[in-house]
Amino acid sequence: MDLLLPGIGLLAWTLLAFLIVFFILKKFAWGIIISSLTEREKGINDALASAQQVKAEMAQLKNENESLMAQAREERAQMLKEAKETKDKLISEAKDQAKAEAAKIIADAQAAIQTQKMAALTDVKNQIGSMVIEVAEKVIRKQLDNKAEQEKYIQQMAGELNQFGN
Amino acid sequence: MGEIRLKSLLVACLGLTLAFSSLPAMANEDHAGEKLDPAKLIMEHIQDAHDFHFFTLKKEDGTEFHATIPLPVIIYSQTKGKLITFSSSKFVNGHASDDYKLEHGKIQSVSENEVFYDLSMTKNVVQMLLALTILVVLMVSIANKYKKGQGVISAPKGWQNAIEPVITFVRDEVAKPNLGKKYGKYLPYLLTVFFFILINNIFGLLPGSANVTGNIAFTIVLGVISFFVILFSTNKHFWGHIFWFPGVPTPVRIFIMLPVELLGVFTKPFALIVRLFANMVAGHIIILSFITLIFIFGSMSAVAGWGFSPLSVAFAVFIYMIEIMVAFIQAFIFTNLTAVFIGQAFEGSHDDHH
Repeated sequence: MDLLLPGIGLLAWTLLAFLIVFFILKKFAWGIIISSLTEREKGINDALASAQQVKAEMAQLKNENESLMAQAREERAQMLKEAKETKDKLISEAKDQAKAEAAKIIADAQAAIQTQKMAALTDVKNQIGSMVIEVAEKVIRKQLDNKAEQEKYIQQMAGELNQFGN
Repeated sequence: MGEIRLKSLLVACLGLTLAFSSLPAMANEDHAGEKLDPAKLIMEHIQDAHDFHFFTLKKEDGTEFHATIPLPVIIYSQTKGKLITFSSSKFVNGHASDDYKLEHGKIQSVSENEVFYDLSMTKNVVQMLLALTILVVLMVSIANKYKKGQGVISAPKGWQNAIEPVITFVRDEVAKPNLGKKYGKYLPYLLTVFFFILINNIFGLLPGSANVTGNIAFTIVLGVISFFVILFSTNKHFWGHIFWFPGVPTPVRIFIMLPVELLGVFTKPFALIVRLFANMVAGHIIILSFITLIFIFGSMSAVAGWGFSPLSVAFAVFIYMIEIMVAFIQAFIFTNLTAVFIGQAFEGSHDDHH
């Protein structure tokens, strides 16, 4: 039965010891330990979160880079295409222009030929006219002498003219 | 490797216990044909004493040599109105010291009507103070390391690794689930209770040591402190539940629920007190019983004693292993139930009415 009877000495000492230990540990141990653990846990959580964030940012950056590269590639292709187009256009334009120029030169030449032809014809006509007048003058002069001679001469002249005309 | 070393250490310790307990037992046997009384022997071992008694040797000339560490005796005498202190070595051989004598481990006054209080530094008190000194030194040194940044900005080292999981366990598995948002307020108390019990449980397992947590005075103090902590945590809802139990007819409220609920207030800490005391004392009794079995057989015949000893030690080692576990489990249960009762005391203060 002694086992179940608390000794007053041990009661008092335990109470005293517990209170002292409690206050010492509360003041010098638990507060520091708990706040340190919380701080460390928070630090680890923060570090993990920021690592995750950095990872996400890196992925985003990579994506952005890739899209930039794709864009650049596309732009380059576009530029090449445009350059090619410009070149083709330039060439065709030059060709067209050359053609037009040539046509114009030909047209001019033809016009000049035409003009000169016309001038020549006119000249011929004029010469024929004056020859006709000259023949007529000679005929008129010969008529006065001999009628037969006159006719003969006209025919001779006409034959000359035909020769000339041919 | 570490495990093997620990096991061999334990076996060595038990062997030592065996030797310590065997010597007085044998001495008792030889002592003028005194009969072996196992119950008395075990009770003496698990109870408080005024000295650390290791063994008794009987010399050739018939005198006895007691290997003891005497402890200070402190008595406050109300009749004399003064504090009396002397060493317990004066009690040896049953001699009365001044006006006091030791009878069956209890101090008696020579004069019959003297009122006095025995406040001695007994075996339990000395061992408890020793254990607590180690606890405080350990915890404060760890706290100082944290203060310097070790374990905060760098990895924890040494004892920090041993203590840290226990602290986070008490915080995350005991305080937070039971106390919710208010856990921070009670955490220092719960941690103190846990380590207070744990370190005394562990020290009580050392061979030749005192059985501090298996002493009813120790558990009463812890239980009563828990009782007051619970009471100071109560709210209106808690008392409303006791004095005016909801959902039952008025006569039932007054004549059945009120006494039952009121009793419940006291049974909770009482259960804490008895649970810890009974568990620790039972473990010690079982180990001592297995050891004592050797001498019970030994008193029949020496061959039976020697023959039974390996089996007995094997059983004792087995129980010892369980006791190491129990040392932790009981500290956890006491702390956890205290947290549960505190949680019950202030639950319903928010809006979780049932």
